[in-house]
Amino acid sequence: MEILVCVKRVPDASENEIEVNSKGTDIERDDLVYSVNEWDNYAVEEAIQIRDKVGGTVTVITVGDEEAEEVLRREMAMGADKGILISDEAFEGADGRGIAAILKAEIEKGNYDLILTGAQADDGAGQVGGMLAAMLDVPYASLVNFLEIIDDKKIKAGREIAGGNQEMNEIELPCVLSIQTGINEPRYVGIRGIRKVASLDIPVRTAGDLGLEASAVAPKVNRVDYFVPEPGEGAEMLEGSTEEIIEKLVEILKAKGGIK
Amino acid sequence: MSRQVFAYILHKEGTPDDTALELITAAKKIDPDASVVAVVTGSGDNLNTVCNEMTASYSEVWKVDHADLAYPNAELVRKALVGILPKDAVVLVPHEHFGLDVSPGLSVKLDAPYLPDVADFEGLEGDTLKVIRQEFGGMVSTHVQADISGGAVITPRPGSFQPDESKSSGGQVTDKSGEVGDLTSTRRYLEIVEAEMGEVDITKSDVLVSVGRGIEDQDNLEMIEELAEAMGADVSCSRPIVDAKWLEKSRQVGTSGQTVKPKVYVALGISGSFQHMGGLKGAPFIVAVNKNPKAPIFQVADVGVVADILEFVPELAEGIAEEK
Repeated sequence: MEILVCVKRVPDASENEIEVNSKGTDIERDDLVYSVNEWDNYAVEEAIQIRDKVGGTVTVITVGDEEAEEVLRREMAMGADKGILISDEAFEGADGRGIAAILKAEIEKGNYDLILTGAQADDGAGQVGGMLAAMLDVPYASLVNFLEIIDDKKIKAGREIAGGNQEMNEIELPCVLSIQTGINEPRYVGIRGIRKVASLDIPVRTAGDLGLEASAVAPKVNRVDYFVPEPGEGAEMLEGSTEEIIEKLVEILKAKGGIK
Repeated sequence: MSRQVFAYILHKEGTPDDTALELITAAKKIDPDASVVAVVTGSGDNLNTVCNEMTASYSEVWKVDHADLAYPNAELVRKALVGILPKDAVVLVPHEHFGLDVSPGLSVKLDAPYLPDVADFEGLEGDTLKVIRQEFGGMVSTHVQADISGGAVITPRPGSFQPDESKSSGGQVTDKSGEVGDLTSTRRYLEIVEAEMGEVDITKSDVLVSVGRGIEDQDNLEMIEELAEAMGADVSCSRPIVDAKWLEKSRQVGTSGQTVKPKVYVALGISGSFQHMGGLKGAPFIVAVNKNPKAPIFQVADVGVVADILEFVPELAEGIAEEK
């Protein structure tokens, strides 16, 4: 089975405090620690497990600048066979729709049976997978937290819906799925693993390679600014020594019926 | 002619979802003069019940009755919507598991901009719609805009818009079933697998001690259990704890987990994403402990403590034990 996993290099929200820059044009990007989008790790792990079961190859792909190569290498250290970096100044400022169009152009050069994305990334939109599927005219399912390969023509996919319930679907290949966290336990990648793949070649595709003009990926949706909303009243913050805080908190909890 | 805004109505077993009335408010924030049309797809008696109920709140209700839409398979619903909607339609779908499934593809097929997970609307200037979204799990907000003259697909965040309870419409149902065209897909709905019941039913708990990513390690869960025991509370959690398989799924509070309604909710090391808060109903008294003073949870909590839960929780448990 030929599997493609679309990944994204993002500021790691667990390693950084995300703040707005002084002009409000972007988040403060100096000294940010970047990593692969958390959801994408689950997608890559799932792809690797499928390949190990039924054979085939796992290719990881990203659209980004030169530095985006590091996340491809990380996923190759996890076990992905190949990486493709799509990088071109013409693609800067592309919206979700633009990214999907760029991926489509590359995907049509290949012969993929299964295309996976993370369920969402740093902007919380969760849009690229569904757009890509619609552009390719193949079926899509989002928030997949269970995946079983039935045969080389179809799969069974469970979607995470409300209340911890799961919606089961049978889907013909090729298809696009967005993968939800919790579907598996992504394997750990150490420095040694990354060193092993350091010399592997990762081809770079430009707009010209894909036959795309900048106008083809011109954004329909534009981010105007970043801001931090005026804080509401918010919580009453308890301050003082730990002892004082705990004394106050115990009193409050008792008054509210929080201690039985 | 006033702008038409179409609201996709989620419903289950003949009952409309809470978002059904929230979308009216969202549509009016886009354009106060808009005529808002409810679009209801489904099959049989349940569908008719929902359509009739919607006529109280929407002046126009479009009904699509089709046996294959009895369960809302997003691939089929998308085809039905493309079949019935005008080319420049502005469409609202709630941003939950179905909205996430249907909307990105719908925007491609309608060749319209997609505005996902909209927390609020700034309104229209000419044909340019400006909205507010959040990024990085709610740590920063953005203004995003798009030209909606050729239509748009927008997914308003559930719970972010007041339901319009005015029920002043007295609208009518228009049957659009004949316009849906071919409804075939290579994605076939099989069944719903219900969540397994856990050892504790947190939906019935009065007091919940809830733990999130801040716990860092499975071994640290013991201190949470000790605190819960001291308080006489049950233990619940946010999504990362279930993803790591440290607690069972039935303990998870959130839109994809359980909806709980305790009197007191103690959130420990939980940042407070809207998906998590969406599972918390009945306006409980919320205590939040988090080492990040900017964690969104402090915006919704009643009482907050900036502290590392790994240090704070054992001391709190001790403090409570001493009181008893």
